[in-house]
Amino acid sequence: MLNFFTEIFSFPFMVRALVVGVLVSVCAALLGVSLVLKRYSMIGDGLSHVGFGALAIASAVNAAPLAVAIPVVVVAAFLLLRISENGKIKGDAAIALISTSAMAIGVVVVSQASGTNTDINNYLFGSILSLKDGDVVLSAALSAVVLTLFALFYNQLFAVTFDESFARATGLRAGAYNALLALLTALTIVLGMRMMGALLISSLVIFPSLTAMRLCKRFLTVTIGAGVIAVSCFFTGLTVSFAAETPTGATVVLVNGALFLVFSLISLLKRRLGKTSEHFHKPSV
Amino acid sequence: MVICRNASFAYDGGAVVSSLNFTVESGDYLCIVGENGSGKSTLVKGILGLMSPFGGEVELCGLSLCEIGYLPQQTAAQKDFPAGVFEVVLSGRLGGRGLKPLFSRADKAEAEGNMRRLGIEHLKRRCYRELSGGQQQLVLLARALCATRKLLLLDEPAAGLDPVITQEMYAHIEKVNRETGITVIMVSHDIRSAVKYARHILHLKNTQMFFGETPDYVRSAVGAAFLGASGDAEHGEG
Repeated sequence: MLNFFTEIFSFPFMVRALVVGVLVSVCAALLGVSLVLKRYSMIGDGLSHVGFGALAIASAVNAAPLAVAIPVVVVAAFLLLRISENGKIKGDAAIALISTSAMAIGVVVVSQASGTNTDINNYLFGSILSLKDGDVVLSAALSAVVLTLFALFYNQLFAVTFDESFARATGLRAGAYNALLALLTALTIVLGMRMMGALLISSLVIFPSLTAMRLCKRFLTVTIGAGVIAVSCFFTGLTVSFAAETPTGATVVLVNGALFLVFSLISLLKRRLGKTSEHFHKPSV
Repeated sequence: MVICRNASFAYDGGAVVSSLNFTVESGDYLCIVGENGSGKSTLVKGILGLMSPFGGEVELCGLSLCEIGYLPQQTAAQKDFPAGVFEVVLSGRLGGRGLKPLFSRADKAEAEGNMRRLGIEHLKRRCYRELSGGQQQLVLLARALCATRKLLLLDEPAAGLDPVITQEMYAHIEKVNRETGITVIMVSHDIRSAVKYARHILHLKNTQMFFGETPDYVRSAVGAAFLGASGDAEHGEG
């Protein structure tokens, strides 16, 4: 067993994948708790599609991919947030409009520029094993920013997530914290796209927090639980994909899905058992 | 403490409620009554500063926005929210404390004190979504108390509660008003409890139908009609 792990991580590309993957997974999971509870899950999905369009354009004009993608996705994040908050068009429909348009632009640009679809494949499904040292440094720096801001404003983010109108009424600048959430999500999505691909990155945002919510009951435990779940799932997915020679991003998503099912089952059983034992031991309150 | 001078509020240019002229004194207990869609919740948003008046003005005297305790109507998402009771109550302390990342001992003591005042300190370690509707409302009231020493704004605090719990809720609010001198402004369509507890009544029907002391309201034509109508409705339902 130990031999297996030392063998896997003797490859530098695996170590890079592990470092970047763990950092991005944790960021995505923490932000995911707020996004899922605020019913903003689709924003993450929409942003990844916008990111795809931006990366395609960047590669077509030979610009640095992240230098183009980060500002574009950040702008899109504020736009999607604004639409979700006070849209005339229903929020989810508007997000679908924007994300599919961005996707279509990306596909057209890539097909015109290169004539092949290998790049498309990398952008759509990720290429975690081809990360460079520069990607590791950038991921570490951006994750540090995301994690620090999240920790500093944890209480405010909880208040804005739990009850935005109360937060506003008591003088909290809810708009600013929503914008912070959108900014951090945009950074995380762009980072994660390189490894998971545009189609799969939003799973890292959504799965860990939903899985944690099956069993954890407090915001703090859900948040920590989501982080732990994200890291374990990523690690498991990475090693399994290496051993079974399956695509890494998709394997990580499948591990997340499996864990979600297991946690749902446990929570269902607990509720069943809890109900019968309450029935026998406790008078109803 | 709150003064409305000919204030009106509108969504997208269409006035929802207009010609509001009333004053709420410190320590007062005001009930805002009226049918659904009469502009009650809109007025609450106006007092909270979440909406600016379309015309006229709303003045808060000796009161900044982070000194109002607010009990909003619950949203569907909240009922299923994974949060600890103490996490929720403590979040009421955030408004006035700037950007400090951690809660102080004083914040925690304040939160515990307010839970004790409402008799829910035993719920401190519980999970919010597993509480009954009445317990959830008390938790939110404790949170609102954490945010203020001066003014409580309550939007239908008894919505969806059974009659016994509803009376308990009103008794708690009355006690807070009496013992701490915190001004209470409450939106309610439970007119009978409103005239039982409130010192002043503001009756809205997209404009101000009545503002004055409760006994005068009961004797007024508007009040008598509304009390009679809701009485009939209760008999009809029963």
